[in-house]
Amino acid sequence: MAAHAGGLTATDAPARGAVVVRDLVRAYGERTVLDHLDLGLAPGEFVAILGRSGSGKSTLLRALAGLDHDVDGSGEVVVPDQVSVVFQDSRLLPWARVLDNVVLGLDGPQADARAAGRAALVEVGLAGRERAWPNELSGGEQQRVSLARSLVRSPRLLLADEPFGALDALTRTRMHALLRDLLTRHGPTVLMVTHDVDEAIVLADRVVVLDAGRIALERRIDLAEPRDGSDPSFARIRSELLDALGVDRKDTTA
Amino acid sequence: MSALVAQRAGVFATTPRAAATVALPDARPSGVRLGLGRPVPFAAAVGVTLLLVLWTAGSAIGFIDPRVLSAPWTVVTTGAELVADGRLGEHLTVSLTRAALGLVTGTAAGVVLALVAGLSRVGDAVLDGPIQVKRAIPSLALLPLLILWFGIGEEMKVITIALGVFVPVYLHTHNGLRAIDSRYVELAETVRLSRWQFVARVVLPGALPGFLLGLRFAVTGSMLALVVVEQVNATAGIGYMMELARTYGQTEIILVGLVVYGVLGYSADLAVRLLQRRTLAWRRTLEG
Repeated sequence: MAAHAGGLTATDAPARGAVVVRDLVRAYGERTVLDHLDLGLAPGEFVAILGRSGSGKSTLLRALAGLDHDVDGSGEVVVPDQVSVVFQDSRLLPWARVLDNVVLGLDGPQADARAAGRAALVEVGLAGRERAWPNELSGGEQQRVSLARSLVRSPRLLLADEPFGALDALTRTRMHALLRDLLTRHGPTVLMVTHDVDEAIVLADRVVVLDAGRIALERRIDLAEPRDGSDPSFARIRSELLDALGVDRKDTTA
Repeated sequence: MSALVAQRAGVFATTPRAAATVALPDARPSGVRLGLGRPVPFAAAVGVTLLLVLWTAGSAIGFIDPRVLSAPWTVVTTGAELVADGRLGEHLTVSLTRAALGLVTGTAAGVVLALVAGLSRVGDAVLDGPIQVKRAIPSLALLPLLILWFGIGEEMKVITIALGVFVPVYLHTHNGLRAIDSRYVELAETVRLSRWQFVARVVLPGALPGFLLGLRFAVTGSMLALVVVEQVNATAGIGYMMELARTYGQTEIILVGLVVYGVLGYSADLAVRLLQRRTLAWRRTLEG
């Protein structure tokens, strides 16, 4: 068992909200998925992880979330003590109403928790849907509930595993705007795994391309807001990232 | 099936109206219909009503010998008499108490065992084997042993019913519990639920559909066990009333007993189904 997020406290972190990954190795049997990886996130920084499937990006996220109990490995992971995870599927409990899903596992008096939950639902634009069942919501709405569930915990670190991967393009664009808005207000450090290059450029302060468990490219994104795909510098970054991903651009319009 | 029918109806719904205004013939493409077609109104009551009609007619024209099967009106008047002199109520109370005690203790045991076996590898290793062995032995085959151990009193009767009840509750709850998506376990870990919160918020609601299915089997099982134990050295209860009637050849009282058992079993099942609808409302939105 590796040194683990759960075994460390925030006091080990250089600064509150910062993330440190040192010499991280994770392996499934013979196959090394993360190969002596080093990565640091400054407090409040938004880092997007790009990579082909099997590049280790989800393994990295799971290591940071402390969800890899049965995976062999070594190395050091330091994360803040308040971590929220947004999954690709909204992962709402189907037998719990929307508000109960948002406040799931919140400590403290129930009345306070529920008030905070209601406020979070207002923030994601779902006021009035507190008593709905998750099955009654659209995919985008479910993912917004999942965002509310993450934010109501006031996370220092938000881990997102292809959070908008299952949504249609229109809904995804709207979710990007919502997410940016929420992050400005709450200011957590964010690590988002995605396979969507444009999404990474639009949202992140820094993009890290993983390949075979190592960092193939790190790129700071210093474009002005709002970031526009038709901007030449946007396109330049996109080409750079696609090259690092080994994508033959004659075949793609991404 | 009915969805298919409804869909067909929906697709063609506009055609006849268009035909009425433009006076065109109803020319749909012909095709083989393999579905069952429109549902029969009051389908559930049709067969039973037919049987009642045959029984009444057979008794009225003398085709059915009253010594073999009493006429329906005899059963009704006998039932009314038994209610009036308080005998039916007395026996019913005894039977209901037995069934309820057995059902409650058996269900509780089934749920607790399913939780222990379902939530821990050690519990599963220790408990599941013996319970599967117990399942292979019909509860009623244990009756001689139970009589030797607990005598012929109420204790033995309730225990026999509970033994028949706990197996389906255990089996289906355990199954429902193990079928809970591991993604929800992950979620519970990321929002840092304690073990008790995990059981209360994820495990129990997730296993509820399985538990309720088990409960339906359990209710039927409790009725079966009730009938058997009430005919073994009982001095009260619906089964005893029927046993007594047998020795005097009173088929009408036996029939009253059968009707009571039938009504009891059916209403208990109905109650569980109602409970299912109430507690699984989140799933009903999927089922429509």
